[in-house]
Amino acid sequence: MSDICLEFKNFTLGYQGHAAVHHLSGDVQRGSLTAIAGANGSGKSTLLKGIAGILKPISGTCSSRFNRLAYLPQQSELDRTFPARVIDIVSLGFWQRRGLLGRLTPEDMVDLGNSLESVGLAGFEKRPLDSLSGGQMQRALFARTMLQDADLILLDEPFNAVDARTISDLVTLVKGWVAEGRTVLCVLHDHSLVREHFPQTLLLARKPVSWGSTVDVMTSDNLTRARGFQEAWDERSGWCEERLPTEGHGHQHGLSGPIEKKVAARV
Amino acid sequence: MFEYLFGPFVQYGFMQRALFGSLILSISCAPVGVFLMLRRMSLTGDAMSHAILPGAALSFLFFGLEIIPMTVGGLAVGLLVALGSGLVSRFTVQKEDASMAAFYLISLAIGVLIVSWKGSSVDLMHVLFGSVLALNNAALALIAGIAVTTYIVLLIFWRGLVAECLDPLFLRSVSRIGGPVHLLFLVLVVLNLVGGFQALGTLLSVGLMMLPAVGARFWSNDVRSLCVIAVAIAMASSVCGLLLSYHASMPSGPAIISIAGAIYLFSALVGRRGVLASLLVSGRHKTA
Repeated sequence: MSDICLEFKNFTLGYQGHAAVHHLSGDVQRGSLTAIAGANGSGKSTLLKGIAGILKPISGTCSSRFNRLAYLPQQSELDRTFPARVIDIVSLGFWQRRGLLGRLTPEDMVDLGNSLESVGLAGFEKRPLDSLSGGQMQRALFARTMLQDADLILLDEPFNAVDARTISDLVTLVKGWVAEGRTVLCVLHDHSLVREHFPQTLLLARKPVSWGSTVDVMTSDNLTRARGFQEAWDERSGWCEERLPTEGHGHQHGLSGPIEKKVAARV
Repeated sequence: MFEYLFGPFVQYGFMQRALFGSLILSISCAPVGVFLMLRRMSLTGDAMSHAILPGAALSFLFFGLEIIPMTVGGLAVGLLVALGSGLVSRFTVQKEDASMAAFYLISLAIGVLIVSWKGSSVDLMHVLFGSVLALNNAALALIAGIAVTTYIVLLIFWRGLVAECLDPLFLRSVSRIGGPVHLLFLVLVVLNLVGGFQALGTLLSVGLMMLPAVGARFWSNDVRSLCVIAVAIAMASSVCGLLLSYHASMPSGPAIISIAGAIYLFSALVGRRGVLASLLVSGRHKTA
């Protein structure tokens, strides 16, 4: 088995014909710990959605070699008012192994207890979701991610609105996963966290600004370049006409031919 | 007293059938209502109950007041509306409530047009308010079949339904079952509304689905017990409503729903999670 887990070739993702991640190429080593940094709107979350297969690429490919994927989205997508207990949300982590109908075995319940204990939520099994604090919720979601037993783990801003102690606990967990040979990609805002804990960094500003070992990437020069990208969509911006050697023709991040010609003519 | 409570059901066959039909319907509808409420689709039931009108009306035009054709017609149009709005919201940016509103309004307008074209307003009243006292054996068998189907689907897809309500994005990242589960659930809603339409009419069928579920929310914070409590409220409403309708000579459907409404108001006021409980916060508390 090759030791490359993810391989991007001109991977381009976007919304309504506007690129949000533009021509990403490169690969992620198996068992590596990579931070994805960049300003708001630079395509970090979009990239994770693309890897998880929730968003289809406009062009390019992401070939992935993993058995099981765990994706922890930003917290806002979860219905905290739903009448569920901590155990209900954490046991969703068994879905890939147990499916719709499979019963949870006694060993699963032991695993569940262990995972709650390792995120510091022992004894929280029966607590209703709406009684959890933001940090406790995030710990519970980490426990669920653990139970997924995935070899590729995608974390989207997991440390938002979480206090320092919780962050250090969770970072320790993530490092433990990497030590077990799992590949982790983590979207992060906090540059000092990136420098301190993450060996690899991908700096995005719609297109990749820099990708490599963190010390080489997180230079003030690169960070200035990452800040200076145009965040707003520009309807008048030209169509991307970069020729791809494999495809032999320019791809359009847009609709059909006639419209493209019109826009191209005006530009 | 015994005579007052049990007499009507012992003496009259139509009351027995009415009791039997509305009890089965209570068992079947209430859990569906709980999930509608939890998915913030409480008004969807209302919209769907209007949406099935043209199907029922069309069958009424061709076959008169026959239960089986009207059921099949209502089912077909209801599924069409559910699928249509489901597909529009899945594949566009429009949210489900918006597309549902559009589809049910179109459907309702067509339904009223059809009814007014041939029938009189008396017939329309009959279609809208139903007649639990006129349930025949075919209708009873239909309601029982719907209840069995509902429970089989709920048992098989329980975990999927809960996951789709709780964290849809997570479900999408681990499985493709979210979309099919959602559509299947809408089918269940339509099925139960059609079943309720036999007993209570389109206007009130949704009442037996939603009122017990919404009332139950004031008593519990667990999906399973919510379903059990909702079923209990629906069954109690059915029995009390039928007795009220018999002794006070009221129309049976509205009587049942009024009782369910009263239980809802009572729960909202004194329920464990109701208004009084949140107003009268006791000073007593545990230190941790």
